[in-house]
This record gives sequence, C-alpha cells and structure tokens, in this order.
Amino acid sequence: MDTLLNNLDVFVDGFTLTLQVFLWSALFALFLGTIVGAMRVSPVGPMRWVGTGYVNLVRNTPLTLLMFFFAFGYPKLDLPNVSYTTLAIFALGLYTATYVAETLRAGINTVPLGQAEAARAIGLTFGQSMSHILMPQAFRAVIPPMMSVFIALLKNTTVAAGFSVAEAGYIRASLSERGEPAIVVLLWVALFFILLVAVLSFVQRMLENRLKVLR
Amino acid sequence: MRKKLSLLATAATAALLLAGCSGGDTTGAGSSGAPAAGGAFEVATDVSLTGSPTYDAMKSADKVVIGVKEDQPGLGFLVATTGERTGFDIEIAQWVAASLGFSQDKIEYKAIPSANRESAIVNGDIDYYVGTYSITDKRKEQIDFAGPYFITGQGLLVAADNDAIKSESDLAGKTVCSATGSTPLQNITANFPDTKTNSFDTYSQCVEALKDGQTDAVTTDQAILIGYASQDPDNLKVVGEPFSVENYGVGLPKGDDALRAFINDTFTNGNDSWQAIYDETLGLSGTVVEQPAVDAY
Amino acid sequence: MSNVLFDAPGPRARVRHRYIGAVTLLVVLAIFGFILYRFIATDQFTAQKWNIFTVPYAQGKIVEATLATLKAFGLAAVLSLTLGLLLMVGRVSKHKWISAPTYIFVELFRAVPLLILIMIMYYGLPPLGYTFVTPFIAVVTGLTLYNGSVLSEVFRAGIESLPKGQAEAAYAIGMTKTQVMRMILLPQALRAMAPVIVSQLVVVLKDTALGFIVTFQELLYLAKSYGTQVQLGSPIIPSTIVVAAIYISLCLLLAGLAKFIEVRTKRGPAKNIRAQQLVNEAA
Repeated sequence: MDTLLNNLDVFVDGFTLTLQVFLWSALFALFLGTIVGAMRVSPVGPMRWVGTGYVNLVRNTPLTLLMFFFAFGYPKLDLPNVSYTTLAIFALGLYTATYVAETLRAGINTVPLGQAEAARAIGLTFGQSMSHILMPQAFRAVIPPMMSVFIALLKNTTVAAGFSVAEAGYIRASLSERGEPAIVVLLWVALFFILLVAVLSFVQRMLENRLKVLR
Repeated sequence: MRKKLSLLATAATAALLLAGCSGGDTTGAGSSGAPAAGGAFEVATDVSLTGSPTYDAMKSADKVVIGVKEDQPGLGFLVATTGERTGFDIEIAQWVAASLGFSQDKIEYKAIPSANRESAIVNGDIDYYVGTYSITDKRKEQIDFAGPYFITGQGLLVAADNDAIKSESDLAGKTVCSATGSTPLQNITANFPDTKTNSFDTYSQCVEALKDGQTDAVTTDQAILIGYASQDPDNLKVVGEPFSVENYGVGLPKGDDALRAFINDTFTNGNDSWQAIYDETLGLSGTVVEQPAVDAY
Repeated sequence: MSNVLFDAPGPRARVRHRYIGAVTLLVVLAIFGFILYRFIATDQFTAQKWNIFTVPYAQGKIVEATLATLKAFGLAAVLSLTLGLLLMVGRVSKHKWISAPTYIFVELFRAVPLLILIMIMYYGLPPLGYTFVTPFIAVVTGLTLYNGSVLSEVFRAGIESLPKGQAEAAYAIGMTKTQVMRMILLPQALRAMAPVIVSQLVVVLKDTALGFIVTFQELLYLAKSYGTQVQLGSPIIPSTIVVAAIYISLCLLLAGLAKFIEVRTKRGPAKNIRAQQLVNEAA
C-alpha cells in the first residue's frame, strides 16, 4: 500500500497518459476503421481490394513492430517532428482500425438480406433504408464486439512503454529509479487494469442487454 | 499440474540452450595488444579464491558469463559485421576474467541494457557486469560493486550545429534523452524540473533521436558521449563540463565478498595493465585519466 | 450481385464505380509513392544502409533471431494449448470449487495486459528469489498464461456449440464423464474450432515481438541493434523492412493455414464464434 500511496503522482500521471492515448487512438481507429470497413463492403472492386489488403497486412503485423517503425523509422524521414506519444497513437490507431473495420463488416453481415430487399420494395430511398432499417440493426450487433476491441486497445496501450511514452506500462521503470520493489508496483498496475477492464466489460454487458435484437 | 511443471523445466532448459548458442562469440580484442605482448591478458593458472559461490559456479561451468553493453563505441561495442567486441569495458572484463583463470575463449558475453542490469545479476543470468555501471547506494541494496575502475561525470551531447545548449544550465524547456532507469535520467528528473525527458533502453537510440531532431540533447556519462561524438564528429558534439561524479564499478551478486575483494586486489595490484587498456581505447580521444583507487567497502 | 447495402449496379452505376475505383487506386498509389519518395529522399536505399544484410555473419544473426522467435512461439503455442484444455475442463466442471477458481483465473489473466504479465515475470519475480527467469522464460510464460486463458474460452465455446444430444447419447450408452469429454465432445469441438485456434496461434506469434521490450533477443531486438549503428549509416528503416518481411510472412503462413483448415473441414465456426475470434485476435 505504501508503494502506491508514496508514489501516487507517478501512478496518476501514468494512467492519465494511458487513458489519453487510449481515447485518441480509439477515435483515430474508429475514424479509419469506418472508412476501411466501408471500403470492404463497397460495390467498387478496387475499394474492396485495398480494404482487404490493408486489413490482411496490418492484422498480420505485430503491434510492437508497427510501433517500432513509427518511433524509430518515422523521425528518419525528415517529416515534421512529432512527439513519441503521438507516434504511438498513430501506430495503435492503424492497428486497431483493422479490427474496427472487421467488426463493422461482421455487424452489417448480421442484417438479413430480406430486410434490405423489403425496404427497397416499399420504396425507401438508399438513405432512408440505411438510417431507418439497416444501421439501427447493424449498430446493435456491432456495439458489444466493438467494446471488446476497445478493451483490447486499452491493454495494448502498454506496448508504448517500450517507446518512450511514460504511460502505465512505464510506471515500473520510473519507480525502479525510486527504489520501489518491481513486483508490488507491477501488481498495482495489473490491478488497475483489471478494474478498468471490468468497468468496460460492465458497460459492454449493459449495452448488450439493452440493445439485444430479438429475432 | 505435474505435466505443466516438467514442461516449464523444459522451457528453462531450452532457454539455456538458446543462450548458449546466441552469446557464444568470444572474439576478444584482436586489434588491441593490451598488457601482455601476445595480444591477450595473461591467464592466471593457480587462482586461490575460496568462499565465492559465483566463482565456484564459473569453475563448475568452466566458463564465465559477463554482462556488457554492446552499443557504446569506445567502451562496450559489438562490431555488427564481425561480432567482435571492443572497448574499454570489454578489456576490463577480459582482464578480470584472466585474473580469475579464464582465457578469452571461456568468456561468454551477454548484452544487458541499463534498465535490466540489477535483474540480470540478481537472476544469475551473468556472473559479473562490466558496462558503465555507476556505483550507487540504491543499487548496493540489490547487488555489490567491485572497483571503481573509472571515474567520469554526467555530460551533454548535442547536435554539432546547436548553439543554444552550452552547459546544463541551458536545459530549461528542452528535451533530454537518456537510458531508462539510468542515474543521469534520475538526476534530470530530480534536479531539472523544467526539462522534459525521453528514455530508451540504449543510448544509441537516444543518439539517433538526437540526430533525427526528436530530442535536444543526450545526457549520460561523458565518457560514453565522447565515444559517440568521436564516431560521428560532423553531427555531434559534447558540451560543458561534467556536472556529477560517476564511479564505474563491476557489478557482482550481493554478498559475494570474496569475489569482490579478489577483483579489487586485481585492480590495485595490476601495475600498468589499467593504463595500457585505457591508452588502447578511450585514451585514443586524447584525454588523460589516471586509474582511480578502489573503494573496498 | 446483390447484398444488404446495395442492389446489383445498373449501367450508369457501373461507370460511376469504375471512376471511383480509379480514384481509389490513385489515392493508394499516391500514399505509397509519397512514402517511397521520402525513403529515397532520405537515402534509405543507399548501398551503405543495406550492406549489413550481405555480410554472412549478420545473416547468421538474423537466422538465429528468427529461430529464437520461432522457439518462443512453438513452446508458447504447445503450452497454451495444454493450459487451455486444462482450464476448459476445470471451467465446465460440475463442482463449484473447481469451476469457480478456474473462472477467476481465466478472467484475471485475460484482463491483465500481456506486457504487464511479462514484466511481472521478468522484473517482479527475480528479486523475490525466483532467479531462473530469463527473458525467454518470461515471454513464454506470459504468452502461455494469457493465451491459455483465451483458448480455454474458445474450447468451451466449441463444446457448447455442439448439440446437447451428443453428450446425452454418450451418457445413455454408459460412457463416463471423462470418456464423453475425450471421445465425443473434444474431437468435434476441436474440429469446429480449428480455424479459431490457429488464428489464436497467430496472435501468439505476433506477441512474441513483445519480448523486445524485456530484451529477449529476437528479430526486433536485432533490428534495433543494427539500426542504431552509425558505421552502417543507422539503417533502422532497412532493418525494420527486413524484420517486418520475416514477421509478416510467418504470420501470413500461419493465417493461410487457418484458412486452409477452414476450407478443408468445411465446417466453419458459427457466426457468433467468428465474432469472438475477431475480438480475441485484437488483443
């Protein structure tokens, strides 16, 4: 307990940065993932190829490697200077976007074809059938797995600790300078992650129950 | 459960095998003609060292595992094309090994970055560590030090065209990079609150970050920085005077007093060995340094 | 081709699609072109920066590092499958005192970030006297605990996806609990789950790269050590490209195997399990 209370500043700073990295990369992943997901279900061939290529390539790349490239490779390219935190957010966003895209695609595929056909048959326009028929159903199917993707993202933020981002995964390194026992520090960090994940899972379960589609 | 345990044991064995084949390059300092004219240190034949568990383990394994740095030019450096290890710390490590009766082909090197040095010694991954390892009281809680064998101080490395940073007093508002868990980094976070920090496993990554403009200065012991600057004088320069005192020691497992005393004696009674090593390596930069007296606590 | 989102395109739509397709390709080409241009502008393709990869000694090191990665992967894969089976059996047990602790175990290890788990092994245990923990052991143990927990849930989902009648019929002809599990449920569940299991193994392979952060001397570690050497011209981008090519090919090979199994068995996992697979992989 002393380890936690005496170094509360380091813990608070670390987890604050973790949450910031988490939020920004989640937003970026949602944005990019939606585009890629749309490309993957698009009627235009080249869009589908590009989407599929991106998803398959990035999903089979270790996140650590992606971050490695951003942290060490990007600065070599003589482009505007960007902080390591921002670079980590880009790497996390690019990586998570593939999962967001796949989740969206899976969600759209859960809506039975008949729904769309019926909507068209009664004369709804594309916009109407999207906003009134398809999206509400797809959205419900997407929310729970999307929460899981974000839980995974939250855990993945720790990888940034290896690339000069002083977030929760870095607390051990900061505190080993203060001479705190590593195991105690790490168990506290683990506990906080368990709590954060539990909160997200709780929200997920709540949404799942509220959004359940009865078919 | 028993199955799981035996599998874990297999894992341990596999790891040992793996370590055995990856760290086996024992090419010494081929180019250095250090003390003995033959190019290597004279290997002691009748070593009388009792009561040292570390030494007993070395003897029964018939090899010595030494933790080193491999990315510090002039101190501990691994030549990527040949696997040859060079530098002041490497030679000191070989000298100690020779005094313990281990020739160069009985040495196995393991590269351990700053942040993991205590763990590596406590874990028994290595027998001793020679790699710009500052003696501090905090570290003495976990391990022991022989030496010091070298004294330097914290300095600053900046880009060659940087006129804004001339000494440590110009650091406010700047970003400084150093190795995760190192003394210089602690010094910056504790005494220069207006200075932002970056940190990586190794100084080489910091030097790259400096050249890429991700950080304004690299700080660590001046000896290390001189090594980098001499490697790339067009882009890098060392500025200011050292603003701390760092004593480099040989990291040893805690409580192995017999080995510690033995290594201290080696340093004290080494005659001109130390000077010869220095002249061959760091001395090439032109700076003149005397061997420090050991602190046999 | 008609699907939920759009009808089969007519002639005008086809023309439009062609334009959009061309624009898409142009944008992608522009992005690649820009990256390539930056690589060339910053001299990433000079001979000096690639020279290291022609040296036999360095090539040997790359092979060694690849083997280290594969060794960690292989061991962790076998151990996680074993642990996953054990945990699954515990989890479906009728005895509360077995299933409850297993449940907590699985949930805990799924919630802790893998890197923190590996750090607990590598930095946390040795000061307590468990000094045998090398980076290799830390990585393999971390991977095993995490993926074992995930796999146990995959196995369980596989068993629960089977029709109830299977187990009932087996009990009816007098089989014991162990026999039912071993001879009836597991073989079917494993077959149904094979693609999911293999794609979880891809996760294991990808996550060996985390070892880089605790100084496990695998491919990324080597890329860093070559990439930061001034004599070689700091070839961090060439090294990353080489290492990425190795990692991605290995992962694609495994992922291809998953696809192959899925096609061969023609009994893909049910849709909800498919979704779960995606979620597991994201971590």
